[in-house]
Amino acid sequence: MRRQARKTGFYTAVVLLVLFSILPIAYAVLTIFKKESELFDPGSNPFLYEQGATLKHLVFLFTGTPFPTFLWNSLVIGVFVVAITVVLAVPAAYALARLTGRWGESSGMAIFLVYLIPPTLLFIPLFRIVVWLGLANSIWSLVVVLPTITVPFCTWLLLGFFRSVPRELDEAALLDGCSRFTAFRKVVLPQALPGIGACMVFAFSLSLSNYIYSVTFISESASRNLSAGVPTELIRGDVYFWPSLMAATAIVAIPLGLAYGLLFDYLVRGFQSAETG
Amino acid sequence: MIHDCINGANGDMAVLETRGLKKHFGRIRAVDGIDLTSTDGELLAILGPSGSGKSTLMRMVAGLEEPSAGDILVDGRSIVGIPPKRRNVAMVFQSFALYPHMSVLENIRFPLVARRVPAAEQREKIDWVTGILDIGDLLERRPTRLSGGQMQRVALARALVRDPELFVFDEPLSSLDAQIRSQARGELRELHDRTQITTLYVTHDQLEALGLADRVAVVHNGCIQQLGTPRTLYEDPGNLFVAGFIGDPPMNRLDLGDNVILGVRPEHLLLEHGEEDPGEVALRLEVELEHLEFLGAEWLIYAAVCAGVPETGRRRPRVIARLRQAEPPSMETGQRRTLVVRRANARYFDAESGERRSAPSGVAA
Repeated sequence: MRRQARKTGFYTAVVLLVLFSILPIAYAVLTIFKKESELFDPGSNPFLYEQGATLKHLVFLFTGTPFPTFLWNSLVIGVFVVAITVVLAVPAAYALARLTGRWGESSGMAIFLVYLIPPTLLFIPLFRIVVWLGLANSIWSLVVVLPTITVPFCTWLLLGFFRSVPRELDEAALLDGCSRFTAFRKVVLPQALPGIGACMVFAFSLSLSNYIYSVTFISESASRNLSAGVPTELIRGDVYFWPSLMAATAIVAIPLGLAYGLLFDYLVRGFQSAETG
Repeated sequence: MIHDCINGANGDMAVLETRGLKKHFGRIRAVDGIDLTSTDGELLAILGPSGSGKSTLMRMVAGLEEPSAGDILVDGRSIVGIPPKRRNVAMVFQSFALYPHMSVLENIRFPLVARRVPAAEQREKIDWVTGILDIGDLLERRPTRLSGGQMQRVALARALVRDPELFVFDEPLSSLDAQIRSQARGELRELHDRTQITTLYVTHDQLEALGLADRVAVVHNGCIQQLGTPRTLYEDPGNLFVAGFIGDPPMNRLDLGDNVILGVRPEHLLLEHGEEDPGEVALRLEVELEHLEFLGAEWLIYAAVCAGVPETGRRRPRVIARLRQAEPPSMETGQRRTLVVRRANARYFDAESGERRSAPSGVAA
């Protein structure tokens, strides 16, 4: 009996917690298909469609605003930022974990501190650089600047993953006839693949969520990405296009949330080993 | 037949030699001048306590560390500066270091693929090595699904499959359960006898070194203390360190004064029965029995020396004697007995340098 009661209590708590955490997303998704007359009626139930659903706002988002351009720009920026980050952070983290001894290992924390410098301090000097490079008003300004956040962070995260791979594995591979690079590619890298996956998701989401660089470096709608473009295009003066806003965020947030969910264990493991090492 | 094939591919076995080998890490002298020459096909153990420099020595032979000074030669050719992949040295790690993302078969095949061995030859060698080590039914498994003993066999297979000139073992038995260790020791020796590959066997366990090796080098403070057959090390330790390190319990040390220390093995402390030839007795000790320990086939007798050696002023010296019998000895704690050391069993050391010396003139009487 008591066991039964405990079980019931446990599942009730789980259901309540799930409801609590999906409430914002559920509300956003429900709002997308609401008619405006119902949306602004204070008497209606926000979780029901009393006047029927509509696709109008979704169609408006994709045809009446530059949202597809934003989506495309963000995707391009994200892919390039992830590529640059992986290319730089993976060898850097491996080198720090293996090749430079004690200094390399403790410099992991120093690298992480770079990540903690707020972009609000950096955007002015970085803007000068972006202008000097002739990249202002172009998505390439973000491709160049965003790795300044993602590379240190991912290096720090990967340092933990590489440190958790036993050194003897590299050494066994060296003795088995591999060069340092082949040993890394064939033996160490496969152990760290989950960590690299986690890093890619992290770098991509950091590139999506950065607002201050996107807003300051780019002022043309055609070059804007999601984080800067959506609020400027869908909030006109004091008019909020709520359903389209909700659609714009849900379209991005749901796939990203799923990716995080799948890689959650690896992310936690990366954080743990990066800290304790 | 397959046996011939590996020896053919291997050519002659290799002689390993180190000359004045040194490795310093900052101010720490891990290896401080080691001269060592193996014979062909020898199983040479490097025995030392942790921090003695034995692992550094092994890593230099494998090519994982560069020496600070000195030379390492295989068959007279220097291998210093040659990267590990081009030294034909195979190593079995303490942790076995199996690649966790590969199956057992892929693990064993890895060194062959890395060395671009043709596929037909690969298959032949894998068949041969899995046969020798009896791991044919494990090939599809992942290393994480193997027991300690199985992991060791796979690690051996991976090392053996590419005909190394030289084997380096880093405490290969220490991660096994105690029950299967002696069996694994026997198998290692058998494998060595079959393959005749010159082997450097690094361990801190004297039982492994003495039981397995042709010769043992005892290493301490980065230097070789003594190099010899297990019997030589046990019967004729070259200095006080070896005397104290080899043997369990170790050699008894008795300070005879005048800078002379007498060393005697526990089994050579004999109960006096009154018929000894006085010319044969090197030392008589009056002892008080402190306690007796039963070890199955033998008894250990812990005793305090009351008379027989010069007073040093501090607490009375302790000795341990070994009685090779299973029945309880006819003695009790608190009793006084006389123990004798025969001349043939007495070893003398210089108290200051710790080195062996001849018997002092006054002692024999």
